[in-house]
Amino acid sequence: MLPLILALVVVLLAAAVLAPATARSAAGRPLVYGAALAVTAALLVLALKALAGYAGEAAPEALTLPLGLPWLGAHLRLDALGAFFLAVVNLGGAAASLYALGYGRHEAAPHRVLPFFPAFLAGMNLVVLADDAFTFLVAWEFMSLASWALVMAHHRSPGNAHAGYVYLVMATFGTMALLVAFGLMAGPEGSYAFAAMRQASPAPWVAGLVLAAALVGAGSKAGLVPLHAWLPLAHPAAPSHVSALMSGVMTKVAVYAFVRIAFDLLGDPAPWWSMAVLALGAVTAVMGVLYALMQHDLKRLLAYHTVENIGIVFIGLGLALGFQAAGIGWAAALALTAALFHVLNHALFKSLLFLGAGAVLTATGQRDMEHLGGLIHRMPWTAATFLVGAAAISALPPLNGFVSEWLIFQAVLVSPQLPEWGLRFLVPAVGAMLALAAALAAACFVKAFGITFLGRPRSAVAEHAKETDAASLTPMVALAALCVLAGVVPGVVIDGLAPVVTGLVGGRLPAQLAVPWLSVVPVADFRSSYNGLVLLLFVAGAAGLTAVAVHRLATRALRRAPAWDCGFPDASHTTQYTAGSFAQPIRRVFGTLAFRAHEAVDMPAPGEVRAARLHVRLRDLVWDGLYLPVAAAVLKTADLLNRYQFLTIRRYLSVVFGLLIVLLFTLAVWP
Amino acid sequence: MSAAATNALVQAAQLVLVPALAPLLTGFVRKVKARLLRRRGPSLLQPYRELARLLRKEAVVAENASWLFRAAPYLVFTAIWAAAALVPTFAAGLVLNRAADLIGIVALLGTARFFLALAGLDVGTSFGGIGASREMLIASLAEPAMIMLVFTVALHAGSTQLPWVAAHMAGAGVGLHVSLALALVGLLMVALAENARIPVDNPATHLELTMVHEAMVLEYSGRHLALIEAAASLKLLLYVALVACVFAPWGMAPAGAGAAACALGAVAFVAKLAGAGFLLAVFETSIAKMRLFRVPDFLGAALMLGLLGTLLLFVSRSL
Repeated sequence: MLPLILALVVVLLAAAVLAPATARSAAGRPLVYGAALAVTAALLVLALKALAGYAGEAAPEALTLPLGLPWLGAHLRLDALGAFFLAVVNLGGAAASLYALGYGRHEAAPHRVLPFFPAFLAGMNLVVLADDAFTFLVAWEFMSLASWALVMAHHRSPGNAHAGYVYLVMATFGTMALLVAFGLMAGPEGSYAFAAMRQASPAPWVAGLVLAAALVGAGSKAGLVPLHAWLPLAHPAAPSHVSALMSGVMTKVAVYAFVRIAFDLLGDPAPWWSMAVLALGAVTAVMGVLYALMQHDLKRLLAYHTVENIGIVFIGLGLALGFQAAGIGWAAALALTAALFHVLNHALFKSLLFLGAGAVLTATGQRDMEHLGGLIHRMPWTAATFLVGAAAISALPPLNGFVSEWLIFQAVLVSPQLPEWGLRFLVPAVGAMLALAAALAAACFVKAFGITFLGRPRSAVAEHAKETDAASLTPMVALAALCVLAGVVPGVVIDGLAPVVTGLVGGRLPAQLAVPWLSVVPVADFRSSYNGLVLLLFVAGAAGLTAVAVHRLATRALRRAPAWDCGFPDASHTTQYTAGSFAQPIRRVFGTLAFRAHEAVDMPAPGEVRAARLHVRLRDLVWDGLYLPVAAAVLKTADLLNRYQFLTIRRYLSVVFGLLIVLLFTLAVWP
Repeated sequence: MSAAATNALVQAAQLVLVPALAPLLTGFVRKVKARLLRRRGPSLLQPYRELARLLRKEAVVAENASWLFRAAPYLVFTAIWAAAALVPTFAAGLVLNRAADLIGIVALLGTARFFLALAGLDVGTSFGGIGASREMLIASLAEPAMIMLVFTVALHAGSTQLPWVAAHMAGAGVGLHVSLALALVGLLMVALAENARIPVDNPATHLELTMVHEAMVLEYSGRHLALIEAAASLKLLLYVALVACVFAPWGMAPAGAGAAACALGAVAFVAKLAGAGFLLAVFETSIAKMRLFRVPDFLGAALMLGLLGTLLLFVSRSL
């Protein structure tokens, strides 16, 4: 199967190479996106087939190509973990490609998008398939640079060039950290093949360093706080189908990198790894959602939610590391299943939400929620699918987001079994932060959906918006249906993840499809269970029956009238709640601490004829406290070094002479 | 009769019982409050009459209201109904109890709130917005507090399934625990906030600027309002049932028990409802409503109580 998969990836690369030739013609868009759709759909089927095969104890397929480093070659391998992430990548890829068939029509500069889109997809697929450090890093860089080019597609829009710059710096930094991680694992012999790394057992401090480097490298791509700064800049800057890929899929590739290193290559974890990952994950989850609440830009809000959800995934991974360190295999399996389930869920609903935001953007040209409103009337399909995505990401039953968070809560509930005292103190706090993040996410999506799609239009463009085209709607409807399905029959996903989890932590959850009524029972019958299907059927059925009963037995009379609004309805759309006013109470409660939020009312003096103004100042403490000082230090160092660029020959010679002396001295005293 | 059939019967009875009893509880609380204020107060059946009146009336819907506005009352009512049907009241053996555990029940209430808040924003009036915004603020603190309280209880019982929790709590070996006391206090605080009771919100007020829940549903009328009112009283009953099930499961018929035990359980449940309603009324008459921006302190305390309870149980099983 692996040669076939590779051939399909090569088709993607070929599409990328050929795209510039056709990009400016009308046929370019359907050709490139059509090819991408066909390839990703085929890859999705193959990945699912491979995953099903691994459930039946099939051995992983491996392949070595005479490419890359001559003494190493390019190792490729498809195991259960790779197959799962291959499926996630291509699920998002297929949705984005199909969407782009319609959405791409509105692209002003197709020649800046078309060549890089298939290249980006190919890069992500290759990362998941790579089985040696060199292939992995090349594919990783390919993915980073292709996505950077896509971020820069609209480089003349204000802010996008800055976003691209920050992204490039952070991506380089992240790859460098991964390089360090792989270098440490390869050891002095330079055994860069993953198979050799699995055999090696590095000293504890080396393993610790590798974990830290992996956290920095993969975490910066995934968006772990404080390395998230580029993400809310770059993800919204790209065209919307690319935003969906970056948020829904590329962050998952980063999670894959971390899982591959921490669970597969690095050997037995130490308890403190778990503590570090848990703390980072919890902070990321809460900070991500708080940032999101402060945003008025729909796509940026979604990007910050990606940060939040990555935090949730890392909470699951941290718990799994803790259980594995303590040797409790079944609990590690529970936490890891939860984390990977959330990976899939986030890929589904975040792709859906970004595609919805893209539909709104094409219909109105607006990303700022303060200029939207009332779109549910004019874009009913977009609104309905966005609503499903919003409910799913808010972890509401019976949708999929709830199942994975519920599984993480179940993992938290078994963690008093952990022997480590530090973890016992940390885990309850992490649980509280996870619950807080989930509740704030619901508030944020009430805001995002309510201000964008409900209420009265806040601008002329929102008033005259048109529903988007069928090619764009199809993947949104499909993703929304998958969100419902994964929530209603989560047993299928959990059982599908079993070979992945077994391969990494040596345990698995009990088979869920054997449980009567399709309930989910992660640990034991008496401990906890959940059945989304029953809930969905009950709520839908009872709501329908109630409606029929009320209409039949009472009255169905309905009158349309002006809004009541306590007797003082105002025709101006500015009397509605805005995104800013909706978030104001939360800003006041959480923002004073998290953002040093400061509100000042500028009241005109009596008699003065001007509007009163409310000034809100928010500070991004991570940016101000970490990035600006680092940037300042780099600039200062560069200034200092710059002096050595303009020396006279005499001085250059003395510098060279001085260095020579130092080198000789060092060699002389070196033992 | 087989156990499954008994459980199905109990579940059916519960499904009917909770919405039928809920307005009575609301009426009882109002009556006791009136008596405490030396008023005669309306009849205990007044909430039923109000619901019947609203159901018969024509619904007036704003011109720009969407389908969401009209669908939300049904969704909200049934989501809360589903949650209430899963909390054991008079008997523990519910055939649907596998559908959602305590966390699931809390999340179902979250689903109801999500749609109600969206409906508040749908018409585009300032009152709907203020209500929705404040409701979500309160929820963003009440929900994590509730989850932590659930953790405390679940760690004690070794289960998040309510029938198991109830059986554990009714068992002999429970005794007094610091963490359970913290959980009880926290749960009561969350219950007050979730049900829009004094001191967090005032269910009787019609002074718009002070209210949260009532502002959010201001645009509703007729049958839609009836469903929302029914849902609100159902939620109150749910929280009373939840507190009773976890902290006072005495008298509840165990799974698979006979008709006599169920009847006893029903009597016990009505008594618990009356007791809780009385205490709520006394509490509400003796305390003032707090400012909105004091609510985070109140709910933050509940969150800390839950966190402390959970932490104690992570450190020692005996606390």
